Amino acid sequence: MDLFLELFTDYTLRTVALGTAVLGIVSGALGTYAVLRRQSLLGDAMSHAALPGVVLAFIITGSREPLVLLIGAGIAGIIGTLFMLLITRYTRIREDSALGIILSVFFGFGLILLQVVERLGLPNRAGLNVFLFGQAATLLFRDVVLMAIISLLVISIVILFWKEFKLLSFDSDFGASIGFNMVWLDILLISLLVVAIVIGLQAVGVVLMSAMIVAPAAAARQWTDSLSIMMILSAIFGAISGISGAIISSTGAGLSTGPVVVLVISTIVLFSVLFATKRGVVWSWYSRLRRQRMLILESVLNNMLKLAEQHDDPTHPHALVVLEAMNHGQGGVKNTLSELIKRGWVVQIDPTHFSLTAAGIEEAETFLLQNN
Amino acid sequence: MQALEVTDLTVAYQEKPVLWDIDLDVPEGILMAIVGPNGAGKTTLIKSILGLITPAAGNVLIYGKSYAAQRHLVGYVPQRGSVDWDFPTSVLDVVLMGRYGALGWFKRPSAADRQLAYDALEKVGMVDYASRQISQLSGGQQQRTFLARALVQDAKLYFMDEPFQGVDATTERAIIEILQNLREQGKTVIAVHHDLQTVQEYFDWVTLLNVRRIASGPVAEAFTPEKLRQAYGGRIAFLKEEKAAGD
Amino acid sequence: MSASTEILLIAIVTAVACAIPGVFLVLRQMAMMSDAISHTVLLGIVLGFFAFQSLDSPWLIPAAAIMGVITVFLVEMFVNTRLVKEDAAIGIVFPALFSIAVILISRYASGVHLDSDAVLLGQLEFAFFDRSQLFGLDIAHALKVMGIILILNVILLLLFYKELKISTFDAGLAAALGFSPVLIHYGLMMMVSITAVGAFDAVGSILVVALMIAPAATGWLFTDRLDRMLIYAVVAAVLSAVGGFAMAIWFDTNMGGSMATMCGVVFIIALLTAPDRGLIAVALRRMRQRWEFSQTMLAIHLLNHEGTDAEEDECRVDHLWEHLRWQPDFAEQVIRYAEGHGVVRRQRGILNLTDEGRAIAEKAMVR
Repeated sequence: MDLFLELFTDYTLRTVALGTAVLGIVSGALGTYAVLRRQSLLGDAMSHAALPGVVLAFIITGSREPLVLLIGAGIAGIIGTLFMLLITRYTRIREDSALGIILSVFFGFGLILLQVVERLGLPNRAGLNVFLFGQAATLLFRDVVLMAIISLLVISIVILFWKEFKLLSFDSDFGASIGFNMVWLDILLISLLVVAIVIGLQAVGVVLMSAMIVAPAAAARQWTDSLSIMMILSAIFGAISGISGAIISSTGAGLSTGPVVVLVISTIVLFSVLFATKRGVVWSWYSRLRRQRMLILESVLNNMLKLAEQHDDPTHPHALVVLEAMNHGQGGVKNTLSELIKRGWVVQIDPTHFSLTAAGIEEAETFLLQNN
Repeated sequence: MQALEVTDLTVAYQEKPVLWDIDLDVPEGILMAIVGPNGAGKTTLIKSILGLITPAAGNVLIYGKSYAAQRHLVGYVPQRGSVDWDFPTSVLDVVLMGRYGALGWFKRPSAADRQLAYDALEKVGMVDYASRQISQLSGGQQQRTFLARALVQDAKLYFMDEPFQGVDATTERAIIEILQNLREQGKTVIAVHHDLQTVQEYFDWVTLLNVRRIASGPVAEAFTPEKLRQAYGGRIAFLKEEKAAGD
Repeated sequence: MSASTEILLIAIVTAVACAIPGVFLVLRQMAMMSDAISHTVLLGIVLGFFAFQSLDSPWLIPAAAIMGVITVFLVEMFVNTRLVKEDAAIGIVFPALFSIAVILISRYASGVHLDSDAVLLGQLEFAFFDRSQLFGLDIAHALKVMGIILILNVILLLLFYKELKISTFDAGLAAALGFSPVLIHYGLMMMVSITAVGAFDAVGSILVVALMIAPAATGWLFTDRLDRMLIYAVVAAVLSAVGGFAMAIWFDTNMGGSMATMCGVVFIIALLTAPDRGLIAVALRRMRQRWEFSQTMLAIHLLNHEGTDAEEDECRVDHLWEHLRWQPDFAEQVIRYAEGHGVVRRQRGILNLTDEGRAIAEKAMVR
């Protein structure tokens, strides 16, 4: 409760929470496309590839201005992506290997540069290390303003190109056939993804940023079948995990923000996959169970109707043994009958005899009609 | 005027030819099948006509002009398997994509576009499924959805890549009826087809393809056992040849 | 042995040990699994540390490696729900496990040498100080560990070479022959995990990815055969290790980062210069093929219109470029090229095929 109060009173905490909310929103939104286009691991590679860009930008300019570092990161991310396209397009090396190579080599190189910065004793060097695991507490108010402006731009472009990006992600060949320049749109969307990643680097770090791209979207997908709702949900999940990550890591204990954010969003994914309505594991398991149960009910009902036909009286009572014999191997006929009685479809005449009610006859007949 | 004229079209993947010097003349108002063995370049032919693949050489004219100029006259049904049917979108949304070309950049579909989409869904018997998520569709329903999307394009010349692939018998009948309907309205349909048994029944023109054009023309002229043997080499089943010859 | 010789030796042994399972990861399109495993074994190491209260326990490696296999299992479980695609499943599972590990370290094990730099980079340069005994010899602990893992990998490779080969290139055949693809898959994942745990200590998680994937991909640029690919991959691994070592000394930088960088450098050199599949070879071949291809195209065009009504028009020298949609200059050059090779003849502004040209065209069209 104190924490919650602090969110409104503590200036630093408010700034930090605002910043992580913004990055959660933009990475959640862009991640929707990355997940749908199966480019989740591209996000991973690009965020790692951004590291040498950040450090080089610092070495070259000597400035720790976020905008400078972000531009460096963006350029490195795009170079990494182009490099990957070059490898996969002109050689037999496939995407997974190309991603692995770019990710590890760029990152290794970035770490060397980081060490060079340490050794050179450049002024202002402190704090570049936060780009590894992220430290939201280092965000300044003007950093957040910058992040918000860029994010607003990114999201406006996504809204502006809504129809075109949907076409690109669902059926790019068809899109090209009706005259949209799909190559150009592809480049635009990947560039926006790079921007989204770069925005989150300072707070979440290069190592775990990819999870901020993938996880919110994967969780959102479970709750909806609509692209727009998925994107909004994904942005909300991203914001929630960003804010709670920032708050938890700000309570001290020396936690980096990245791992905390990732744990929060991973919990959301796990919950969504298990309990989402319609798609979730538990839901499908329950509805499969219910369907099976219903089938058994209908099958006993149907048997009673068939038996009754031989007597010209649909409500003719039937012996339990006969019904059990007819449903051999399905077991639980007694249970099924008591369920049917509860539903008012069957009445018990005496301890061993049962007959259909009018409602039961109607139910059995409609079921037959629907399934023939 | 010819609906489609292809001259000297050659397509290569990394300098390996996939189509060699194809010439095609397709008159208006016919149903034409493109037939050939696997790897014959049937899909490549359609894609290079539509400008999705850049040819190494050759020319494509649609009603006498380049594809870029006549795009609005063309409808396209890609292979059903070429998209991810788990994409979070509804049947109506997919059909509306057929209007995107007419809308151009940035404009959103209007109520009128929506009405057109419903009309197209009505024609393919899918109007009850308009708000259904596309992953819940059967193969036949997916194909009908794609067909409806092509119908709202309101084109004069349609290219369809295996429209009967993986559909049930009822859907196959329904689709062929729709295609014949289009022909009666003076439209032209070119479809990649791989069931040789039904070529004579469904189509009135046929192009036999195997990297180069083996034959192209009215079914009675082009769909002969000799040409089929040329197109399929030894790979064609004897029975099918007999049937083709017997009719 | 001097300190630097021993460090170099550790670097080489580690690189080679990683390259062997790496070859199969690259061929099976599972390269990113090494990224996932190399991160999640950290959780295994941390949990192992809590269990054994020491980072030196011989049980730590197999215990930590199990976490790698659990990672693979979790990813597959996610994919099997059909709710999440494989790339996203990998991208969710490993950051989650890795985050748990990082948090556990910073909360409960901050005294141990598992700080974030060591996690990402390893501390090869300090490996010399951690001594161990092997058959009475006093060697670096890391050398002993990686030596044993290398020997293990080689033995497993030799024992299961046939099974690995068949299941990699034809999973269906492997199943038909009675090798369980699942067993081989998990066996390979265990091999990757054990190697990752061992190498993690020496070179850190990211470098494990570089060492597993880059040399293997480099090897694949040179050959189609599995046995040769393994040899080339080992050569690339040794070169990267030696190069990385030299670079680290030269610039006085971190060994892990240098080796990762050298893995990239070796790969890029191979990418450019590999015979047949390198970018330079491909570009040269394309340039050559372009002429041959255009000549064949011309021959086929002429053959198709030979003796038809359109011949006059289609085969005129000055109209040809329009039909084939070539630039006029380019068409003229192709015609000269074809004339020079005796494929076509000019007669009164019309191009005719020679017998040789006809043969070329016919051969090209027969598949």
